[in-house]
Amino acid sequence: MSEGDLLHVVTADRITDQRRLAGRFVIWGSVAVLGLTALLKSLQEAGTISLPWATWQPVLYAYVLFGVCLCWGQVILKGEQGKRLVFVLPAALFTVAMVIFPLIFGLTIAFTDWNLASLSGRKFNGLDNIRQMWGDPFYWNAMTNMVWYVLAIAVEYAIAFGLALLLNAEIRARKFFRVAFLLPLMLSPVAVSWMIGKSMMELRFGPVANFARWLGWDSPSFFGSAGVARTSIMVMDAWTFIPFMMIMILAGLQAIPKELHEAARVDGASAWQNFWEVTFPLMLPVSITAILIRVIFKLKLADIIINVTSGGPGGATDSVTSFIFREYRDRSNVGYGTLLAMVYLVIIVIAMTILMKLADRWMRPRY
Amino acid sequence: MTTTQIFHDTPADKGFRARWWTGRVAIYAVLILWAAICLFPIYWTISTSFKAAPDVMKGHIVPWVDFAPKWLGWRSLGMSPDTIGQESTVRAEFLKRFWNSAVVSLSASALAVLMGSLAAYGLSRFSYKFGFMKNADISFFFLSQLILPPVVLALPFLVLYKEVGLLDTRIGLILIYTLSVMPIVIWIMRDQFASIPTELEEAALVDGLSIWGAFLTIILPIALPGMVAAFILSLVLTWNEYFFAALLTSTNAVTLPVMVASQTGSQGISWWSMAALSFAAILPLIVIGVVLERYIIKGMAAGAVK
Repeated sequence: MSEGDLLHVVTADRITDQRRLAGRFVIWGSVAVLGLTALLKSLQEAGTISLPWATWQPVLYAYVLFGVCLCWGQVILKGEQGKRLVFVLPAALFTVAMVIFPLIFGLTIAFTDWNLASLSGRKFNGLDNIRQMWGDPFYWNAMTNMVWYVLAIAVEYAIAFGLALLLNAEIRARKFFRVAFLLPLMLSPVAVSWMIGKSMMELRFGPVANFARWLGWDSPSFFGSAGVARTSIMVMDAWTFIPFMMIMILAGLQAIPKELHEAARVDGASAWQNFWEVTFPLMLPVSITAILIRVIFKLKLADIIINVTSGGPGGATDSVTSFIFREYRDRSNVGYGTLLAMVYLVIIVIAMTILMKLADRWMRPRY
Repeated sequence: MTTTQIFHDTPADKGFRARWWTGRVAIYAVLILWAAICLFPIYWTISTSFKAAPDVMKGHIVPWVDFAPKWLGWRSLGMSPDTIGQESTVRAEFLKRFWNSAVVSLSASALAVLMGSLAAYGLSRFSYKFGFMKNADISFFFLSQLILPPVVLALPFLVLYKEVGLLDTRIGLILIYTLSVMPIVIWIMRDQFASIPTELEEAALVDGLSIWGAFLTIILPIALPGMVAAFILSLVLTWNEYFFAALLTSTNAVTLPVMVASQTGSQGISWWSMAALSFAAILPLIVIGVVLERYIIKGMAAGAVK
């Protein structure tokens, strides 16, 4: 993004001292209201004063008021310049309140021993959680599983690319196929886990099991052994998300000018060369974007696992998210669960930064 | 008089045509195979909702040939023709969850599109400076929310929502869903606004409109298809969301996926009613997928092609 506005606006805003004073008053007044509400509520929590407030909700309202006043104050203070800020401010304030604040709060509970089910409440326990995490085989097992799940994206990508090529070919009923291929993405993972995981892969009479039996697999138990169960989860997840990559790649394919292929054919390129030396390199940026977004979605994988196997057999299918989910559901262990999540976040951020740096290097054309 | 054929296909041409035909057949075979893979689970769910126990056990597939369709599944939901007029607690429960899902996903998507579009427009037109953050940093700040896995926020939110009194309320879910889809909206809309030439607003400004006036009357109508795409995509994601809903709701604000999931866990539940429930839960999105497919594809393709 270049410096300076793309859209230049010249306005003759005459901002008087009085107006500036009013703007400051609006902003700082709302800050004061927010601070006062928070202070009163904390005093009530501490038992110094008594108020009719059951929860911290008034502080939330005060924050909303502060947001509105901040936007309004900007317009009063800076005139036309302030009006530009109002485009971005709501989203920024919202995101800060919903992400930064909970993250900081999360950090404070990550180092405590806090079980919501026990009455003792929250206790600071220093690095105990980290020590426990270090010795928790199930957590590291879930991490290893995530590596497998992410690696499965390579296969998904190959299939998605193939399907996109087919859809881009000259075929009839293209719209029908496009809609049909898109539908799995519309279905909720929970419904998918029942429809496919619990019903179609059912050992006794599910159609997939029957089909596997017909192929010669005697007891097609899809969730019995570790490797098979993990593959089954991968297949279900792939089924829902292949359309996503397919559509992105298809959009990329349609943006390639026809002349390039014609030129390649005139130069005597075979169909394979046409694909491998023209289409594929041109598709590299789109492919990398699609894969990166898919990786991001894959790292959130949980719904199917929670509903189909709940991590079993023996944690073989656990993703980090589903593991922490059960850590909370079964043991109400908020402190430890938060620490695990925070560590996961740090690992993800490091891994994604490296991936994006690498992708950036690959995306530069090498001439 | 007999006509003689003057032009003949040489053997080389015939070979070419044969190759062309095998290519066609192979393409359609793969297309049909994959279409079957995509559609069969949906078909299986619909057909199972009309099966009785023996039909499920024997793995019957084709209605009227293999098995006689019955309204069993839909009757247990209270939505078969003979029970639709009567009182049904299951149906009431289902409709309540459906309503929750609809309210939450529609308002979260609307809120995300509103705030996200404004932010995307601002970022594509003006240069900002918040402390050390310039435009590129602000964009990155918004888009980086996409990387944040929900599990990181889940437990802090659980505790905070309890303190704020938003646990098990629709507003709480709406807020967190808005947060989760806003990066995607900004991603799509930034692309959309970047493709609109600034000359349009400049002309409007010369004619005496303010920035906001130009945005609302000139730019918004042009960017509307992109906004619809972002809205639909958000709708799909929020309607299907399970993780936060499972953690943050218990009785009042339970959404449809949570209801479906809670039924899956119980052993006593019958196949046909589970199938009917699943199908009822995915039906709205199947309809959206078929009718608004154009917008969904447009939304997902945004950003892929520069």
